[in-house]
Amino acid sequence: MIILYTVIILGLLALVLAVILYVIAQKFKVEENPLIDEVVELLPGANCGGCGFPGCGGFASICVTNNSLDGMFCPAGGNETMKKIASLLGLTVEEQEPKVAVIRCNGSKEKRPIVNNYDGIKTCAIAHATFGGETGCIYGCLGFGDCANACSANGITMDEESGLPIFDEKSCTSCGGCVKTCPRGLIELRNQGKNNRRVYVACRNSDKGADAKKACGAACIGCGICMKNCPFEAISLNNNLAYIDFTKCKLCRKCTTGCPTGAILEVNFPPRKSEIINENIN
Amino acid sequence: MLKTFSKGGVHPKENKISTGCKITQIEVPKQACIFVSQHIGAPAEPIVTKGDFVKVGQIIAKAKGFVSANIHSSVSGTVVKIDKAIDVNGYKQTAIFIDTDGDQWLDTIDKSDEIKFDFQNKEIEEIKAKITESGLVGSGGATFPTHVKISIPEGKVCEHLIINAVECEPYLTADHQLMLEHPEEIMIGCKLVQKITRAKKVLIGIENNKQDAVKLLSEVAKKYPDIEVFALKVKYPQGAEKQLIKSLVNREVPSGKLPIEVGCVVQNVGTIFSIYEAVMKNKPFFERVVTVTGKSLTKQSNILARIGTPINLLIEAAGGIPENTGKIIGGGPMMGKALVNEFVPVTKGTSGILLMPKNQSTRPQSCNCIRCGKCMQACPMGLEPYLLKNLSVLGMFEEMQTEHVLDCVECGCCSFTCPAGIPLLDHIRLGKATVNKMLRDKK
Amino acid sequence: MRINKLTISMSPHNHGNQSVKKIMYGVIIAMLPALAVSIYYFGLDVIKINLIAIASCICIEWLVQKFLLKGKTTITDGSAVITGMLLAFNLPSNLPWWIIVIGAVVAIGIGKMTFGGLGNNPFNPALVGRVFLLISFPVQMTSWPVAKVIDFTFTDATTGATPLAIIKEGLKNGKGISELMEGLPEYTDMFMGHMGGSLGEISAIALIIGGIFMLFRKIISWHIPVAILCSVAIFTGILHGINPEQYASPVFHLLSGGLILGAIFMATDMVTSPMTGKGMLIYGVGIGVITVLIRTYGSYPEGVSFAILMMNAVVPLINNWTKPKRFGEIIKN
Repeated sequence: MIILYTVIILGLLALVLAVILYVIAQKFKVEENPLIDEVVELLPGANCGGCGFPGCGGFASICVTNNSLDGMFCPAGGNETMKKIASLLGLTVEEQEPKVAVIRCNGSKEKRPIVNNYDGIKTCAIAHATFGGETGCIYGCLGFGDCANACSANGITMDEESGLPIFDEKSCTSCGGCVKTCPRGLIELRNQGKNNRRVYVACRNSDKGADAKKACGAACIGCGICMKNCPFEAISLNNNLAYIDFTKCKLCRKCTTGCPTGAILEVNFPPRKSEIINENIN
Repeated sequence: MLKTFSKGGVHPKENKISTGCKITQIEVPKQACIFVSQHIGAPAEPIVTKGDFVKVGQIIAKAKGFVSANIHSSVSGTVVKIDKAIDVNGYKQTAIFIDTDGDQWLDTIDKSDEIKFDFQNKEIEEIKAKITESGLVGSGGATFPTHVKISIPEGKVCEHLIINAVECEPYLTADHQLMLEHPEEIMIGCKLVQKITRAKKVLIGIENNKQDAVKLLSEVAKKYPDIEVFALKVKYPQGAEKQLIKSLVNREVPSGKLPIEVGCVVQNVGTIFSIYEAVMKNKPFFERVVTVTGKSLTKQSNILARIGTPINLLIEAAGGIPENTGKIIGGGPMMGKALVNEFVPVTKGTSGILLMPKNQSTRPQSCNCIRCGKCMQACPMGLEPYLLKNLSVLGMFEEMQTEHVLDCVECGCCSFTCPAGIPLLDHIRLGKATVNKMLRDKK
Repeated sequence: MRINKLTISMSPHNHGNQSVKKIMYGVIIAMLPALAVSIYYFGLDVIKINLIAIASCICIEWLVQKFLLKGKTTITDGSAVITGMLLAFNLPSNLPWWIIVIGAVVAIGIGKMTFGGLGNNPFNPALVGRVFLLISFPVQMTSWPVAKVIDFTFTDATTGATPLAIIKEGLKNGKGISELMEGLPEYTDMFMGHMGGSLGEISAIALIIGGIFMLFRKIISWHIPVAILCSVAIFTGILHGINPEQYASPVFHLLSGGLILGAIFMATDMVTSPMTGKGMLIYGVGIGVITVLIRTYGSYPEGVSFAILMMNAVVPLINNWTKPKRFGEIIKN
């Protein structure tokens, strides 16, 4: 008998609760376009914020409600993802050059002697607010790794030896988190380039040549040699600082050879012929 | 019972070891490096070029806009370059470099020591114009242009003119010594400012650790109607504007408002002296008293230094840099800035130079917050520093704004008192700067 | 002369003379009088229990920090010593060693380290350990050795009940307070510590001396102890006034059990108490009221530990309610 009562009471209870749940679910139902979920499925799900919207869901809902993909781009997913979204929504999308983050400072510990001793909280943001940095260069990397903490893909590690961050280009989703974080504005999103090759000026020191040289052995001294060497007018010189426009650069590497301080970096190029010969001799 | 403010505050060791050292002058530097921005507000615009010959007191950079101040040459000689130099913040800033050649002053400046008493017949407009022209800024350290501070907005009435002679920072004695040596001039300066602001009363607040100054000024003040001198209980940060008003007239300046809201205008005693010099002697603001002190320094000094003098010259005059120096602070230990090197020049806001030995130059190691609430008890603004620090670490800057981080006066009481040794103020400053930036971006 | 590598940091460049270590060792010093009194009454067992509790607390903190969290070890800051001592103060002097170790594991391992160590624990770790033991080993935890004057042996002392337990038991059996009070120690004896109970809680005078020391060193403020003791006195006073045969007098309540130990040493733990004076008063009154409720209406004779833990739980709320008044706050009408 007891068992029967128990079953009946519990059964009734379950029924009542189910009805309540149903009513509440109906009452507070949020109408959502099922397309949004489908778009979210296509996105990488990094929630990196690189698109400028709060997470992948925010991006997807804007894509669907705006009914246009103008100005919308998922940097983590890249062109392929955007194409898939476009075909799903029946829209067109402009192809964008894939980008990758680079740090425009090459002042490793040996090139930039430490002149002050910082006694404070070891974050770039606070160190930057305190003073110009432990080295003589007030523009360069502080080396406390705020960018590494900000990276949504864990693609940045701090190199103990040089004191600079190392960017893993394979995991970079080009979300721009590090760009926003760096208090010195050293990190830039540049075109990935053909065969992943890039040439850029790894310095932001806008002091006069002599001062810059004194502060850091790898500083751009604003001599302008690279500008003269460049056959494509891709290099501009402002405030004693050269800048290579990646939309114009054809990766000829004429600028790097002429640079007296080695401030221009080339990435992922095969070694030059002369270097190979040198190595063989050594 | 001596007057003081009610909320928060700490009492750091006073360490006023340079007390009683006469104000001395040192040799004019071989090269002066004068920043174009030595005040809050827009940087002044240089009006000299390379090769120009300038005299002492000649204007070399003009104020740009209302909240800005003129810059005058502190030496006579040739302008060699207008270039960047490292300032007290450790960043580079535009400065005018002048190579000294003799010491030729402008003819209009009255160089005599004679005290001029004829302040009664100066017109208000004349005084105002002189103050604006002379590039005066608050010499307590905040360097807010004086002519802005003394212009009373329409519809507001200034009841009390409050003279900040508190000098609550440990170590510093520049204002103290100035009061001892120039009491009459300070009174005349007070009278001049009283005239412009139409204040009914002038209240001079001095902390009770300077009893000789209290006595002397009270004596001198008898000759001048409406000037009263008050001894205040020793408590940091009494020299903060809002706290001083609370101490003297028991009024609270509303959050985010200026002292004129409660009918007060506050001026530093050093500024008052400079106002006297500017108005009565035609002398622009190009030199100031700087305390050079430190426990390991051989000769404690209060030096009348030309603005633009590299501080190593001042330290040399005080016996040279001791070998164990680990930190040089521009200002006092509570709010001063650690300098990057000893070649940073003196600016209008440099009230002192403090040398710390190596063993005292680093902060205590910090551990976890133990939620003792001592920072809250110490905060003179009634904020919750531990909470602000946590929010700052988490990057929740909007929440910081609702927790009134902008009320923070950066006095450093929280970091000073924290038993866990957490540099709370570092985090709060970051939050404050970020919130300010957010507000600017919104505009 | 050129000085190399000047140190740069933000202001302030000086620091007050308080430090966590100083605070912690101050508390330890403040606990010594109570320790001495309990040695006087309970013999060398007290030292044994204290040593076991302290050593196991330190060991566990070290093990957790070294092998589980793999971070810095901070055992030298003295907080583990305090937890160990407070735990020992809350135990009867004839407890087997393994129970103490279990208590330490719970106190440090669960009460403190799971939340992230010193400063992050919402509950007083020593009390977490104590309450865990009280619930898990009710027999061992409530058989108190009878206090007797100094006896430096490790003999098994005769056991008896605490005054509070005697009252509770007596009331249950239908006896009146005045009848029961005759079988209890005099108030002066209770004040000096001549009664049954946990190690540290017996002597009011020794605890108050420690409290005054801490007050003087600015380790605690007056708010919490005063709020607790006053609220207990007033509450029990009212009850006693209504029916003196059913409810014991306020003096008895103040002197018996762990009330003074709790009010001075446990409730004032910085980490788990509110930050403002107003908050501390609310917190103290809460502890006092809950203690009396448990003592008079609950099934346990003693309720200070439970009261403190309960109020610990609402400390974040109290902190939220009692924000300090800002300087120049604009009050909206």
